Amino acid sequence: MSDDHVYLTLAEGHEDDTRWAYGTGFEDPLHGVHTTVPDDVDAAELAALCVALGDDALVSAQRLGEWVTRAPELEEEVALANIGLDLLGQARLLYSRAGQTDGTGRDEDAYAYFRDAAGFRNVRLAELPNGDFAFTIVRLLVLSSWRLAHFERLASHPDPVLSAIAAKGAKELRYHRQYAAEWAVRLGDGTDESHRRMRRAQEQVAPYLGELFTAFDVRQEVVADLKQVTDAAGLPMPVYRPLPGCGREGEHTEHLAPLLAELQGIARAHPEATW
Amino acid sequence: MSTGKQDWPLYEVFVRGKRGLNHVHVGSLHAADDRMALTHARDLYTRRNEGVSIWVVRSEHIAASTRDEKDPFFEPSADKVYRHPTFYDIPDDVPHI
Repeated sequence: MSDDHVYLTLAEGHEDDTRWAYGTGFEDPLHGVHTTVPDDVDAAELAALCVALGDDALVSAQRLGEWVTRAPELEEEVALANIGLDLLGQARLLYSRAGQTDGTGRDEDAYAYFRDAAGFRNVRLAELPNGDFAFTIVRLLVLSSWRLAHFERLASHPDPVLSAIAAKGAKELRYHRQYAAEWAVRLGDGTDESHRRMRRAQEQVAPYLGELFTAFDVRQEVVADLKQVTDAAGLPMPVYRPLPGCGREGEHTEHLAPLLAELQGIARAHPEATW
Repeated sequence: MSTGKQDWPLYEVFVRGKRGLNHVHVGSLHAADDRMALTHARDLYTRRNEGVSIWVVRSEHIAASTRDEKDPFFEPSADKVYRHPTFYDIPDDVPHI
């Protein structure tokens, strides 16, 4: 819009606006989607994929939620919480799909609250403590770029439910990536101190980049995507240094268990409770 | 940042709702620049699916009438009822009036 006259946006048509009112116009991303697993899809593999992607989202959401009351500015707190809630919504849909397809019939809460750290399949980058704001931004940039590339491919997955979840999530992830990219440029190209902190965050993220590129071959597009941002921010590309272990295999850092203890505490103390 | 967060300028936010033809003032926020103000406005004021377009403007760029001017500005129109279009007969076949 920046090059256009602001009044031009008034002329844009918007479908079905005539009946719009507060509280209406919401969409169910899975409305009308068939839940039968197609014959050419391996149900166990599909369930494992849903759990892995759900775990990435749940653990990321928990870390982003930790910024509430601690963010540098009220507006940023809302922004980070919004992103966390988007990811939490993705996790809920993915866990539900996993429960439908892995033969256990478990609900979303069973995956979120009643598995221990070794049962989680998230990448380790998601579980690292928040660190400073620069670290959170660098991690969010990497994870949202990577997840977006992933979801754009999964939007054409043969399973109709996963495909619908990915299509919905991709829209959210585009905003997450944009938010992180704007901050990355602002901080990387900001003061000496903000630049130094961004460099340090990149060093901290580097060892955990390797395990992002295993299941899907999205590495090239993600690296190209990140390079665009680091160039604009006056930052180098993070140096890729592999680290033994793999979150996707259930091998986690010491930071995941305390995160889960906080996340799961109430649900485990009061099983079957509703609120 | 060399400039502290207390230095972030205030912005006024205008959102065009889905059914509205004009942008309506919905509130204000702090942001370091125009782009961040738009991002913040999106996160703070369009979370419930209500907006299709956002304007932001630095509060200091808004020229506003003051309370002192209230009488000379608005009082003179109070007794001029003939300025309302109800004094005219509108033909039935003229639409959109």
